[in-house]
Amino acid sequence: MPTTVRRRRGQPWVYGVLAGGLVVLVGPFVWMLLGSVKPDAEIRRTPPTWLPEAPTLDNYRHLFTELDFPAFFLNSVLVAGAVTVGNLVFCSMLGYALAKLEFPGRRVVFALVLGMLMVPGMVTFVPLFMLVSRLGLVDSYAGLILPWLASPFGVFLMRQFITGLPDDLIQAARVDGAGELRIFARVVLPLCGPALATLGILTFLSSWNNFLWPLVVAQSEDRYTLPVALALYAIGENNTRYGLLMAGSVAVIVPVLLVFVALQRHFVRGIATTGLK
Amino acid sequence: MASALARQAAPTGGARPGRRDAGWPGRRGVTGRRPGRRGVTRRQRVAGWGLALPFLLIFAVFMAGPVLASAAMSFTDLRSADLRDPLAVDPVGVDNYVRLLGDETLRRAAANTAWFVLLGVPLTMVLGLAAAVALDAGISRFRTFFRVGYYLPVVTSIVAVAVVWRFLLEPDSGLVNTALARLGVDGPAWLSDTRTALPSLVVMAAWRNMGFLMVVFLAGLQAIPGELHEAAAIDGCGAWARFRHVTLPLLRPTLLFGGVVTGIGYLQFFEEPFVMTGGGPLDSTLSVAFYIYQQFGFGNYSYAAAIAYVLFVAVVGLTAAQFRLMRSKT
Repeated sequence: MPTTVRRRRGQPWVYGVLAGGLVVLVGPFVWMLLGSVKPDAEIRRTPPTWLPEAPTLDNYRHLFTELDFPAFFLNSVLVAGAVTVGNLVFCSMLGYALAKLEFPGRRVVFALVLGMLMVPGMVTFVPLFMLVSRLGLVDSYAGLILPWLASPFGVFLMRQFITGLPDDLIQAARVDGAGELRIFARVVLPLCGPALATLGILTFLSSWNNFLWPLVVAQSEDRYTLPVALALYAIGENNTRYGLLMAGSVAVIVPVLLVFVALQRHFVRGIATTGLK
Repeated sequence: MASALARQAAPTGGARPGRRDAGWPGRRGVTGRRPGRRGVTRRQRVAGWGLALPFLLIFAVFMAGPVLASAAMSFTDLRSADLRDPLAVDPVGVDNYVRLLGDETLRRAAANTAWFVLLGVPLTMVLGLAAAVALDAGISRFRTFFRVGYYLPVVTSIVAVAVVWRFLLEPDSGLVNTALARLGVDGPAWLSDTRTALPSLVVMAAWRNMGFLMVVFLAGLQAIPGELHEAAAIDGCGAWARFRHVTLPLLRPTLLFGGVVTGIGYLQFFEEPFVMTGGGPLDSTLSVAFYIYQQFGFGNYSYAAAIAYVLFVAVVGLTAAQFRLMRSKT
């Protein structure tokens, strides 16, 4: 791409503006990190101190001694992991069918998927809760996972990506006598790496951060996910334990941050492809 | 499994001519390219439905089903107490919809939601666009670094965000008011003052979501051919004129997408007031989605469903309006 006009050498003031923005956007997280190693008395001091005077890991220790932090963490991993696997499998299957196979009802199915993208979560929330409680799945992992195993967004993303794959490859596989499922598993899926990575990250993050559903469905402490535990603690009578809250927030963010930084390229690419089509 | 089905189905397939050489390159195995449905093979039909079925099962039970159930519920007097005794539920026609028209609290929530959208969408879009333009045109190094930093709030749990923001906005010891005090300004009690609570949440939402729009807009900017900018520059256009007459018109579809997605999200805003203010003070941050949740909590299931459907209509309406608006200007 010729970029002579647009991509000149960086202008210092643009760096300045961007750095200022960065302070505003990332600053709160740095503040959180600093707060998590200060004792409560220091956090509440007016005016606030920047760097901790006597850094302490007590807040993190309390996550383990006062809260069942490892259990919440494992619940979060389990739920987000299962939801992610489900989405990768089911969305890529339908995405391939919609993109490359001719079957009656294809258009209707795609229209339903697109239409579902517009439905506010609150529309399905109440009947969904009634359904899950009727099935006896309240306070179970199944109740936390099943409703989110597949998503219309995932189908849309996979369909957009697979549509762009060359038809000739699929034709060639058919000539060679491969069955349709074999073509899907051996020819199409291996080419879907970037799209699967994007869908996997997006699904994992949104499931990890999901708040309302686990708040309502997880009713006993051994089903809490991290955000639920943190929210109940933050809203409850312990909400003045700032250090503990900060440490808990750091614990919620760090896994996400690691996944995001490691895989941010896929992230950006995925958002760009879904955004432009 | 689907391929086993497909293989089984093949020998007994219909009598359509040419069925037997289904794998032949001349066949229209792949959709969309060649016209006509004549080339549809039974194999593809079975495989298509086989691959679609697992998703459609989940879709029917956990998505489409609840959407329809919600619609049906909204015309009844279903309450949480009726779950044990479904026969006690009576159809009440449009009573719930009549009731919501006269609901003062709902009117308040609708006004708050409208403000949230009207202030939040433009603010988020301007910030996201500014960041995207700066990253695209102004700098050559540290792009990934900035992009990751700006995107960080998007991927962070709302609960963690709420914890730190509530702390930053504390009236006395919060960082924001400490900074304002340095400048000689006496900062308000941001979240417990009816005048500043909603604007605070708008700013927080813009802070949280601008990174998403930045990434979307950045992709759009990079799809604009550099030649256009060069030509405009040769014709004597300055940076602002190029932005105004080259970048913005070409970015219109991307702006539309960003606006629609952000608008749909903000119409449903719920988590921010839930974790930050609990809808207060004095309902000044109560949103429609939050009100639905409250009604659910009170056990008024059918009334909650009716309001949810009104919100649904608003989302569809906003999407349609925004599409029309953007299209008419081209």
